[in-house]
Amino acid sequence: MDYKFQKNYLDEKSIEWKAMRNGAGIGMAELGAEKENMVVLGADTTESSRAHYFAEKFPERFIQVGVAEQNLIGISAGLAYEGMVPYAVTYAPFLIGRAWEPIRTTIAYPNNHVIFVSSHAGLATGPDGPTHQMTEDVTLTRTLPNFTVICPADYEQARLAVKAAYDLKGPVYVRNARENTPVFTTEKTPFEVGKAQVLREGKDITAMGHGYMVYWLLQIAEELKKEVSIEVINLHTIKPLDEITILKSIKKTGRVFFAEDHNIVGGGGSAVCEFLSQNYPVPIKLHGVMDEFTESGSVKDLWKKYKLDKEGVKEILWKFLSNM
Amino acid sequence: MSIHSEKIKVLEKKANEIRIDLMKMLEEAGSGHSGGPLGMADIFTAFYFHILNHRPREPRWEKRDRLILSNGHIVPVRYVTMHHAGYDITKEELMTLRKIGSRLEGHPNIHRIPALETTSGPLGEGLSQACGMAMARRFRNQEHEYTIYCFMSDGEQQEGMTLEAVMFAGKQKFDNFIGLIDRNNIQIDGFTEDIMPLEPLREKYEAFGWHVMEMNAHNIAEIVSTVEEAKAVHQKPVLIIAHTIPGKGVDFMEDDYRWHGVPPGAGPEDEVKRKDQLKEALRELRTLGGKIEHGE
Ligand SMILES: [Mg+2]
Repeated sequence: MDYKFQKNYLDEKSIEWKAMRNGAGIGMAELGAEKENMVVLGADTTESSRAHYFAEKFPERFIQVGVAEQNLIGISAGLAYEGMVPYAVTYAPFLIGRAWEPIRTTIAYPNNHVIFVSSHAGLATGPDGPTHQMTEDVTLTRTLPNFTVICPADYEQARLAVKAAYDLKGPVYVRNARENTPVFTTEKTPFEVGKAQVLREGKDITAMGHGYMVYWLLQIAEELKKEVSIEVINLHTIKPLDEITILKSIKKTGRVFFAEDHNIVGGGGSAVCEFLSQNYPVPIKLHGVMDEFTESGSVKDLWKKYKLDKEGVKEILWKFLSNM
Repeated sequence: MSIHSEKIKVLEKKANEIRIDLMKMLEEAGSGHSGGPLGMADIFTAFYFHILNHRPREPRWEKRDRLILSNGHIVPVRYVTMHHAGYDITKEELMTLRKIGSRLEGHPNIHRIPALETTSGPLGEGLSQACGMAMARRFRNQEHEYTIYCFMSDGEQQEGMTLEAVMFAGKQKFDNFIGLIDRNNIQIDGFTEDIMPLEPLREKYEAFGWHVMEMNAHNIAEIVSTVEEAKAVHQKPVLIIAHTIPGKGVDFMEDDYRWHGVPPGAGPEDEVKRKDQLKEALRELRTLGGKIEHGE
């Protein structure tokens, strides 16, 4: 498919940097105007998780539960049982981590259509430190049957994702970072849940990832184009996994590099490994948070130290290629 | 909704039949809970045969009263009562409880029986879901069209999630929203007041803005009149503390926490040997604890 990107998108200084959480917040507010049975629930983080755009426009359909994430989940389940479409919105560690068993019992198992919209996913949370930098949320959601897990690549995709989630069935997780990241797609860039996007074709290696990592991968592919031909896939939907697109690419390139702002244990890279190891084993390098709790720091400093900025990712990718 | 004395007699007999079926199905299942279901048999009977506005043949009727069972482990008493009340559950099916392929799973599964309202089991989660349902009802301006009931155990009052929902319901000042606690004083490990004291339960709920009532849960007339009064409370969630006797109706099970999570045939043997537990339970129920010579 021919994806339309922002003009000069590879030059990070010429494009806007905006937060996915903002895109998700605005997307929910826009959708609220169309969908009368849509409800948004906040847990005292309304403004910072960007539920307030909806809350200001539709105060009668906004539910404030206070600092009570278990109740956030239970109320969402009750609303869904009665045919409303609830969007539960707060920081990823609390939204997904605090009340995982209630999510499992009251939403995933009965297959209730509840949409979880997070902020504060990954190291791109910054100075709040590891308590607030959620790096296990993809693991926790994708391990539950019935879940759809979406990790948008940027602001525009987050906006589209929260809208697309409405028309799905069962529980849906839309994972958003707090920090501003490059906005390289446009509102016209096609987006389909469950359909991985081959954003750049190549033949030597398939570089996949989700979230803002995808932008670094595009830049790296351009920078290394004389040395290696990199195919870049935006794996924005971790579950269900787009096995067809992945397989087609891997059959051509024969190896995978996966980058994510998430623990490498159980994340998107693991999902790809689970699939390929059983169907088409190839060498794979996973890069992300290396199964550790990190620390406070500015996002830029964290990216640098944990090699999750473009230069860090490029270094790991190059090392992988050199050792092949 | 008041109830005349003839109907009370009919319901008392019905509750006894329900207990008899309960004992048989639990023994057949080989696992499951005895104490809670026996203790709640009178309440379930009063609800399904007198209190609830429902249509057994149209279980998802839009204006039905919602009955959310938070403590899903007592669901056998609900299955039996629904069978007797005319829902699509046969007598034969009761004997499939907890067996592979059965719709009557060990804990309620709404996929298999939509009339159950929710899937449940893990404690402390029902009241939150009832709150969500009450918000949906409010969005649709149907707050006066049906009542939402949430049955809970006393043990699950120890769950933080229950408290979160208690706080929320108080804030929302729901109408026609009634919580009911099976106050049988036991939980798996022993007596609630030893394990983790719940008292003063009434005052705790009142402090969160609830109207609290108490009742003897083995008196059909009192159950009916208490719920009737609860429904008249305006702009306040209501809690009914239902004083039940766990194992009610079977003398060797009554008030003994060791009978919380086991069926006849697998219980403590100091009074009745396992091989005789079902027989003895049925004998007691059929003769109403020896008050009459024989039953059916
Ligand atoms: Mg109890």
